[in-house]
Amino acid sequence: MATALGSPAPFGQSQFALVRGNAFEAKVKAGGGTELLRLLFERLGAGADAPGEAVLPDLTAAGPEGRTARTALALREATASDGWTLLDHPMLALEVAGSPVYLEPDAVVVHPDGTWTVVEIKSFPMIDASADAAKVGAAARQSAVYVLALERIASVTEGARVGHRVLLVCPKDFSNLPTASVVDVRKQRAVTRRQLTRLTRIEDIAAALPEGATFDPGCTREELGTAVEAVPAAYAPECLAACELAFHCRARSRAEGAVETLGRGVRGELGGLTTVAGVLAAASGKEGDPADPTVAALRRAAALRAEALETADGGARCR
Amino acid sequence: MSLITTLARLEAVDSGRARPLATVCHRHLTGRPLVLVPLTTAGEAGAPLGALVGTDRDAPRLLAVAQPRDRDLRFAFLAELAEAVLPHIESAADAVEPAERSEVDPETGRRTKVEVELCADAAQLIVPSRAGIDFVRLLGRSMRFRRTAEDDPDTPYPAPARVPLLGRWLTHYGERARVPGSSLLLATTDLLNRHWATGQSSLEDQHLGALLAWIDPPPGESGAEAAFRAELARDGAGQLLCPPAGPATDPAFDNRLLAPAIEAYDRARVALAAAEDGLTADARLGELSRAEREIRSLLAAVMRPTWDAVWRGLDLARGLPEGARSQDRWTRDRWSFTAHRDRVRAGEPPQPRRDDAVTAARKLAARETAQAQVEAQEALDDPLVLAGRRLAGEAFLGEVTEVEMTYTESKRPSPRPLVTVRTDERPHLGERTKVYRSLDGKPQTAEFVGYAADLAGRHAAESVAHAAEGPAGAESALVLRITDRMGRGREPAPGSVPEPGDRIAWTLFEHDQRGGPALPEAENTPWTHGGPPGGAEEAEKPDPVTAEDLL
Repeated sequence: MATALGSPAPFGQSQFALVRGNAFEAKVKAGGGTELLRLLFERLGAGADAPGEAVLPDLTAAGPEGRTARTALALREATASDGWTLLDHPMLALEVAGSPVYLEPDAVVVHPDGTWTVVEIKSFPMIDASADAAKVGAAARQSAVYVLALERIASVTEGARVGHRVLLVCPKDFSNLPTASVVDVRKQRAVTRRQLTRLTRIEDIAAALPEGATFDPGCTREELGTAVEAVPAAYAPECLAACELAFHCRARSRAEGAVETLGRGVRGELGGLTTVAGVLAAASGKEGDPADPTVAALRRAAALRAEALETADGGARCR
Repeated sequence: MSLITTLARLEAVDSGRARPLATVCHRHLTGRPLVLVPLTTAGEAGAPLGALVGTDRDAPRLLAVAQPRDRDLRFAFLAELAEAVLPHIESAADAVEPAERSEVDPETGRRTKVEVELCADAAQLIVPSRAGIDFVRLLGRSMRFRRTAEDDPDTPYPAPARVPLLGRWLTHYGERARVPGSSLLLATTDLLNRHWATGQSSLEDQHLGALLAWIDPPPGESGAEAAFRAELARDGAGQLLCPPAGPATDPAFDNRLLAPAIEAYDRARVALAAAEDGLTADARLGELSRAEREIRSLLAAVMRPTWDAVWRGLDLARGLPEGARSQDRWTRDRWSFTAHRDRVRAGEPPQPRRDDAVTAARKLAARETAQAQVEAQEALDDPLVLAGRRLAGEAFLGEVTEVEMTYTESKRPSPRPLVTVRTDERPHLGERTKVYRSLDGKPQTAEFVGYAADLAGRHAAESVAHAAEGPAGAESALVLRITDRMGRGREPAPGSVPEPGDRIAWTLFEHDQRGGPALPEAENTPWTHGGPPGGAEEAEKPDPVTAEDLL
């Protein structure tokens, strides 16, 4: 749809990264997950017997619903048993804005005491036992969603408990040997839970749309543009890293002259002034109430800036 | 972002061109910087793909790795990088001038001046973006613990001779780049963002192509249009016209161009290994070198625009006159460069993986001091930066209207002139708040006595209310008492006291930063902080090598 609107998303994944990620995951899970369970036991296995042979239930089924049901069944069986179970790529369902979304964690391990631990395997390196904070944060948010989805199943499974500490497995330093770290996702879980309850339901958004609006990418650019226009969006530069439609929203936001295109913080500084033209008019003294502290501050800022540029050799160098 | 910066950005949106944020260049640029444009393989840590490196903008040296997952090729690349970078560093390390440094005499405990060498100029390194600085740090980390065959003949997969040394230098550059105001290792995006405000957010400003498009758009085009093209425009084959400044590559480049080329190279290598007689081997060797040339030309094509962009960025920054005090910060960079040179020459081990408690605290304190120092120095060098501080109430400009001589009441009275300054600004002054002005490059201190109106006997509360609520632009007269830099005599030295009619910029922040109290030596780390760091050998053990290196 972004392409149809004329602002294609710039995302994509390099096949090198893909190959490396898959190879690393395969290496971690090789041999029935022995290495993975060893790492897990080292870091989270207090009070349990060392895992010998883990059970690896078969989770294949037809369609996402089938796989979700199969996963729930496997989880129940694993909880009832008193050994270690490794669920490789289970399928979980979570309701987002009123419609089900299927999630596929890298792995879920069931401890002998019935604790379920989410395992996230990432291919960014952990160098000297520390990894890129932004990437770890993203992994923690991702895992928190899995934990939420698992909690739904755990609530109807006897003796089950979902661990709020997830295991993040990464390559060690510059090698391809796996190392792991425990990440507490309670905060991310709380944030995600709150955001999920606050999301506007898809039906409500759909109900607010005009009759006949369609998001079919086959439509003309104008039709799509009107349809997308009907859904309110609050663009901020952070969207560019995450959303396929961000460039479209940015173009719209810029056309409207919204100050948020420069960053979320800017809005806070400018009080009630929301457009670029409005701010500049207020700063130059053409508009605005001088008693408004924002307007007064803006005028002072503009005067100081102009004065400084003038003193620096007549502004000749200022392009 | 301060209001004045926001305003500059809004002006840029409106005019379609970047607006100045500084009137002088606040980073020192040497005459011969070494530019490094690195590329890395997606998804691999420390597997460089290629680099353009050199000091001559017309003749970059192209380094490329035909198969980034092959350890031998990677080592060959790093060895070549060492050959390109180390001579540049060493040429600066050898040119020295005498200097003095005060040191504590270990026997007497007194501070004495010691004659030492100071490198006349440090070798400057420029990378395209902040991610490039992180990559320099990563390369440094990946190389400095390597063992060469000479260090340890039994080590498997020895690194080429000069690679660990390059690792130590790059680690030093990466660490130095964390010190605010330092210019030893600069990212072009940071350099430009310091001096210009574009009409886009600071996130988008990290894109070197888009940033340059705003600062210096092609004729007839607005910055926003040119930046949009730099961000997204692709050619017929789906490749970005302005490739990312690295070290990460564009996935479309990886998937459509690079991956097939690397595959062809791998095939040619297998074919060469399988060749049975000399004649076939010759033919297949030709094929292999053709495949390698193909990869090199692909990499050169995506790095060259970034290379040119870095030089264009340097040109733009050089278009500004250099700030007077950035030379002072560069001298600190030279000291840091010289200190590292001495450590390397003294045969000290590479920097540890983790700093011990004392070193970490010392680095943090040094960075805080440097931050305060760069903020103060930039404001003093540049009226536009000072304007931001004036808006925040941390500095003010005023005209001297009256000077009254007073003296201290002691046996040897010293001058304490009272200076009345008229200003329309609203600095955050309290009783006896210290303010500073620059007198021949040195700070002169004064303290705030009160508002002239109050001192004249008007009702204080009334005038305070007036000061707080009055409309902007209302003038007030401040009385300041000058307390130092007037010489030793009873009468102040000529020129050391302002005269009526002088327009003077006063700051509420100090011009020079004092460091905090001294920290103990690392050997004396208290147990509360983990005790003395143990096992130096432990810290510099090489990374474990795995037999298989091909994933």
